[in-house]
Formats: sequence, C-alpha cells, structure tokens
Amino acid sequence: MTTPHQLDVIAALVPQGARVLDLGCGTGQMLAHLQRTRGCSGYGVEIDDANVHACVRRGIEVIQLNLEEGLALFEDQSFDVVLQLETLQHLRNTERMLQETARVGRIGIVSFPNFAHWPNRLRVVTGRMPVTKALPYEWYDTPNIRVGTFADFEVLARKNGLRVTDSFGLHDGRVVRRWPNLRASVAVFRIERG
Amino acid sequence: MGSVGEVTPQQMHFSEPLPLKSGAVLPAYRLVYETYGTLNAQRSNAVLVCHALNASHHVAGTYAGQERSEGWWDNLVGPGKPLDTERFFVIGVNNPGSCFGSTGPTDTHPDTGRAWGADFPVVTVEDWVDAQARLLDALGIERLAAVIGGSLGGMQALSWTLRHPRRVRHCAAIATAPSLSAQNIAFNEVARRAIVTDPDFHGGHFYAHGVLPRRGLRVARMIGHITYLSDDAMEQKFGRELRAAEFGYSTQDIEFQIESYLRYQGDKFSEYFDANTYLLITRALDYFEPAREHGGDLARAFEAARGCGFLVVSFTTDWRFPPARSREIVKALVDNRIAVSYAEVAAPHGHDAFLLDDERYHRVVRAWFDRIET
Repeated sequence: MTTPHQLDVIAALVPQGARVLDLGCGTGQMLAHLQRTRGCSGYGVEIDDANVHACVRRGIEVIQLNLEEGLALFEDQSFDVVLQLETLQHLRNTERMLQETARVGRIGIVSFPNFAHWPNRLRVVTGRMPVTKALPYEWYDTPNIRVGTFADFEVLARKNGLRVTDSFGLHDGRVVRRWPNLRASVAVFRIERG
Repeated sequence: MGSVGEVTPQQMHFSEPLPLKSGAVLPAYRLVYETYGTLNAQRSNAVLVCHALNASHHVAGTYAGQERSEGWWDNLVGPGKPLDTERFFVIGVNNPGSCFGSTGPTDTHPDTGRAWGADFPVVTVEDWVDAQARLLDALGIERLAAVIGGSLGGMQALSWTLRHPRRVRHCAAIATAPSLSAQNIAFNEVARRAIVTDPDFHGGHFYAHGVLPRRGLRVARMIGHITYLSDDAMEQKFGRELRAAEFGYSTQDIEFQIESYLRYQGDKFSEYFDANTYLLITRALDYFEPAREHGGDLARAFEAARGCGFLVVSFTTDWRFPPARSREIVKALVDNRIAVSYAEVAAPHGHDAFLLDDERYHRVVRAWFDRIET
C-alpha cells in the first residue's frame, strides 16, 4: 500500500471522520492519509521498533504490540473501522485475528496478496513457487506464513459469519472488479458482522 | 549533544500548609528544585521531571567541583538530548518527605523542636503532585507542556493528568504501573521490616540517639536492587563468578561477586539515604491506585485526563513493572479515546532500563517531545 492511488482506493472504503485502528500500520502512512483527507482519528498497532519510531515522528499515535497476542487492549466495537492491510499473511492465527477484527471494529478492511493471481498459478504449474511483485520472496525466506486466495477469503469470512460488503482486486495500482481471483495480485475485502 | 553544564539547586519556601491525602497537613515546608533551559515569554515550554524512589531534583548537569555529579537523567535531558533544553524549560523538584533538601523527616518538627523522624506525615503520590503544582504557581507556570517520570516518577506524571488535567498538555509515563502488585508490596514490606527491626532504628527517632539504622537500610537497598535488574542482566554481569579462585567454605564471608555487588550497593546507599524517607516513599508506592476512587475501574479514573496526550514506555525485561502493567494504562487511555503512543522496548536491563541510554527508547522519547509545540 504505497502508491497514492492505492491509499485513495482503500481510503474510499473508510467513512468520513471514522475512528480507525490500523493493525500492522507500518510507518503510519495510511493513518496519516486518512487523518489528512478524511478527518479520521485513531491508533496504529505495530510490532517493529523502527516503524513505531516512524509513526511517533510523523505524529501518528501508535501502540507497540504483537498481534499474535490478540487485541485484548481494545473493547468490542470500539472502532468504526479496523484496517488490516497486508498484515494477515504474516500472522499464525489468521482466523482468530479476523474474528478479533470483527469484534473490535464495526467495519473491517483487509488486504493480502492473492495467491491465485494468474502468474502465480502459471508458476506453480511449472513446478515452482511464485516470486512476483506482490509475493517477492523465495519460499524459504518468506515472511508470508499464510498464503491464501481471493476465493479462499470469501469462504473464511462466511465460515465466521462475516458479511462481505465490498470486495475487489488491486493490480499495479488499478482496481480489478472482474475476475479478481484470477486477475489481481492483491485482494481487498470490506467485512461487517452478521 | 551536550550537558546543561554546572547547575545550582534553588529553594522555595511555602508558608501555607499543604493538606495531605491522609487528612494530615504539612504545616510549612521547603522545596528544593533545579531548572534547565529558558522559560519562554508565553511560559508554554515548561516540562516537569518527577523523580523515583532514590533520586532527587538533580536531574541533569553537574555540581561545580564535584566529580561524577551528573544528574540522574543526564542522558535524557540536555541541549540536543531527547528532552531538549534548547526548546524546553525543564524543572526537577525534590518531593517532600525525601532526604535531598526538601522538607523531610530529618527536619525539625515545628511543635516539638526535634527531628520529625517517624512522625513525618505519610505522603502520597497525589500529595507530591499538589506540592509540585504549588511550586509551578510560584514560578508563574500555569500550564506544563509536559510532565515526565519513570517508575514512581511515572506515577506522579500520571497523577498530574488526573489531579490537574488542565495544567498539563502531555504526559510521558515510563516503566511504571497503575498500582503496585501484591509482589511489589511484598518486596517493599520486606525492605521496611529490615529497617524497622534494626536496633538502631529507635522507632524512627534514631537522630536523637546519634545513630543510623544502617543495617536495615543496607538490606532494604539490596532487596530493592535485585528487583531493578533482570535475571539475564544479573547473570551476564555476575553469573556464578567467585571473589577468590576457589570456594572458601564460609557462610559469612563474601563468596560470589553478586554478594559483593549487593553489599557494596547497600553500603553506599546507607551512607546517604534516610531510613524514614525509605519507609515513606515505599508507602507512597503502595498507596498509589488511581482506580480505587472509581470502583477499581482505571478507565473511569482516566476520564479526567481527556485532552492530554500520552507517551507510555515499558521494557520487556522489567519484572518489577512489566509491560502488562503499562498496557493497563494504555488500555484505560484508549478506552477514553485519549491520544497515546506506546513503545515496548526490548531492552535487556530490567527496570533500570529507564535510566539507561538505549537508542530505541531514547529516539521514541525524542520524536514524541519534538512533536510538542512550545
């Protein structure tokens, strides 16, 4: 989530003036963008020291936590929006994290690399794991310990009683609404409870 | 980055009695303080530094002609340092009940004409904060840019935002807790019993007997010191290292280096610290519990602090005030939608880390202070 256009695409899913919790907020780029363009407030959650420092420097309130330990710090439905951008794939307990996201936020917005993007499929057909812009790592050193597809996430959301209120793919900064499971390197979902 | 250079403590006398939380009053009293940097014309750049158990108003700089007289937070406070004295006017103040110049148990009781000793009224974190507020009144500072403290100092910093929320814009609470745990109180109680049962204590009126309960103080300090260090740090520094090449098979002599270190710390401490002050300060720690007046609900206690911005820092190896205790504070703030940043620093040193120069810790503190408008 680095290009200005991608920031805007995600920001468009966030209601004006929303209270936002950004899980795995990195250097706070998205929260800064949301504060500037949509009058949002809230906190980022980050585990990395350098990112925590970067957030504090740019004036983003950040809470240093390991997401694997859950979100006990946050009350039920205490945020309008919980963002989980390019974070889910790094977590061991993906399903629990998704449940926690839905518990804490009214709206959850999730993005992750779509393993079913066609170049990945081709690569697997040739017998090798994909190495692409969205999945830039070799299989033996990837921090992405959970790889899933656009279609997989729909199944997981349904299993947890979560309603998908919007979903689309992203590729090269463009929104992909037609056949996103095949045509997009990144999957984006907006989910709500029940 | 430089030092604030040579500094001189100042004194302020207060004739109006200070009402204490216990119901008692401190009749007239004196506060000793130091300041660094310059108060701006708007008087909007003042930062108060609150001290912990055995520290004082001497936060930064050195005393003329005294070797190794750097203030206790000299690595954090100074020109170009994380708390930059070129931007901020920094105030360090010694709390009443302490033994570094402000009115305390060694002073003369106005009614009896002898030292207060054990009769010095029990002071709390809240009482200290009120005394500090009076010093600010006298200095003409209506509102602090920030208050900062570590450990017991962090409790005072938190208490500022609850007692005088309109007088403080920001609060940095470092390596602290919203209350002591049973284990914390237990350690304090062992320390207090060591002092009180020293035959030289004389019920707290040892001054009249011309003696000091040094043995008790030594043991109290040894116990305290153990809780300031992490298991790993102690292991790394001392391990099972012996003083001699072989065991001496003695039950009384120093065998291990850790024993030697603790005895040294205890000896040093007993030379300069007052026994009654140790009792008072550990009790102030025990009593601190802002949630108590709110049915145990810390979030409700922090409703008062809305409008204030916070930085909370903990250290992963601090087992005295572990990160979980800081997270309780963060949660109470988040529940109130209060601006807070929280850093959990993976420092190896235990509780003492808040006094040490760790880049990950200091750069967050620096970035946070840089954000504060003066």
